[in-house]
Amino acid sequence: MNPRILAATTGRILRQLRHDRRTVALLVVVPSALLTLVHSMYVDQPAPPGQPSTFDRVALVMLGFFPFVIMFLVTSIAMLRERTTGTLERLLTTPLGKLDLLFGYGLAFGLAAVVQAVVASVVAYGVFGLQTAGHSALVVMIAALNAVLAVALGLFCSAFARTEFQAVQFMPVVVVPQLLLCGLFVPRGEMAGWLQAVSDVLPLSYAVEALQEVGAHAEPTGTMWRDVAVVAGAAALALVLAAATLRRRSG
Amino acid sequence: MNFSGEAPVDEAIAVRDLVVERGGRRVLHGISAAVPRGVVTGLLGPSGSGKTTLLRAVVGVQVVGAGSVTVLGRPAGSAELRRRVGYVTQAPSVYADLTVRENARYFAALHGRSRAEADRAVAEVGLGPAAGQLVGALSGGQRSRASLACALVGEPELLVLDEPTVGQDPVLRAELWARFHAMAAAGTTLLVSSHVMDEAARCDRLLLIREGRLIADDTPDAVRAAAGTDDLDEAFLRLIRAGAAGREAS
Repeated sequence: MNPRILAATTGRILRQLRHDRRTVALLVVVPSALLTLVHSMYVDQPAPPGQPSTFDRVALVMLGFFPFVIMFLVTSIAMLRERTTGTLERLLTTPLGKLDLLFGYGLAFGLAAVVQAVVASVVAYGVFGLQTAGHSALVVMIAALNAVLAVALGLFCSAFARTEFQAVQFMPVVVVPQLLLCGLFVPRGEMAGWLQAVSDVLPLSYAVEALQEVGAHAEPTGTMWRDVAVVAGAAALALVLAAATLRRRSG
Repeated sequence: MNFSGEAPVDEAIAVRDLVVERGGRRVLHGISAAVPRGVVTGLLGPSGSGKTTLLRAVVGVQVVGAGSVTVLGRPAGSAELRRRVGYVTQAPSVYADLTVRENARYFAALHGRSRAEADRAVAEVGLGPAAGQLVGALSGGQRSRASLACALVGEPELLVLDEPTVGQDPVLRAELWARFHAMAAAGTTLLVSSHVMDEAARCDRLLLIREGRLIADDTPDAVRAAAGTDDLDEAFLRLIRAGAAGREAS
């Protein structure tokens, strides 16, 4: 990796994003709009005794889930475009290293995710009175980490799509099972053994557990840090796999 | 052609018995050719003759079946060549959602060049007035010049151009060729593909290719002399017929 090339690549990806004003607006506004919807759905639901309110429970997981699903989609399409327009092949004939490109995407969309998560958190905490025992900065950190994981998965999955139609279809394949099994709908401890086993190998489960730790404890817990490490490790693994799909020579 | 095996120092590219298959079909049938340094070499042949495949092999992005390609003394595709070889694909490979200037500055940064050098490359291809426009909003000809600027900015020793003048207006086409010759005079080696025979006369050397086989590797004058005609189009035709007759006889 070369710091100059990595910085140039990150800047280039952010500049592409900046020229697409509608996408920027959607990235910033949609999570807050959906939080408004969730708040309206659960505002009248009574809180179970001794438990966080249903809104607090759902909104906290949503703050981590938005960057995951959105950055996965954005990255899959962006990388597919690099492949289909020939820019990827061209980049690989320049001094740019594969990791410069992959980390450039991770950094650029990670930064976009921080902006998105800050706006969504301000709305969740400030407007809808979300309450967590831990600090909101930890929520933003975990949300950004989720975005980096999603970018890495998107970079990897884009190698298996030839068209944008195919790339979009990876969303239900990669994202939806992780949402279903992350513990939001059914607590992981109450799932059948085999479902728990599947949930145990899905990185989003750890991200959600980390968020729940922030929700329940004033100070960062060991479990939270372990979960954060697992998510970061999964992102690194996905980036290595994505690097393996970048071939300088093709038929 | 140089069949003797040694690589003279003035060779920028040496191709030996190159065989390439794409999609189960043999596209190049054992091509051997040499491209000298510091001149403009034209790779001419009809659409589908294997020009792009040969260029891809030279820049090292093509999986090769057999044979070898040596570029600037190194095997094609070596990591070190990535800063010495520039490649412009036929379809312009630049970012449609960036401006011309932003594209050039990004590729400049990859090669460790300054923003001023990027702006100069944009001006050199005649896109100075359009530098602030998004590439997606440009005409086809402007887009391919934007793509060219992104290769010029790296000041490569070898510049490989796949049909760079398609869709350019005649004045600009003449300017681009003048630019190519000025670069060659300054020591750059250029390998330029085209399917338009009137561009053949503008090259210092010609590689004529048809159906994945090399039919001629010489100067335009020598090609004319060998075929016994002043018209390069006609010369190409005669060489093809002579080659076909030769293969039937053998």
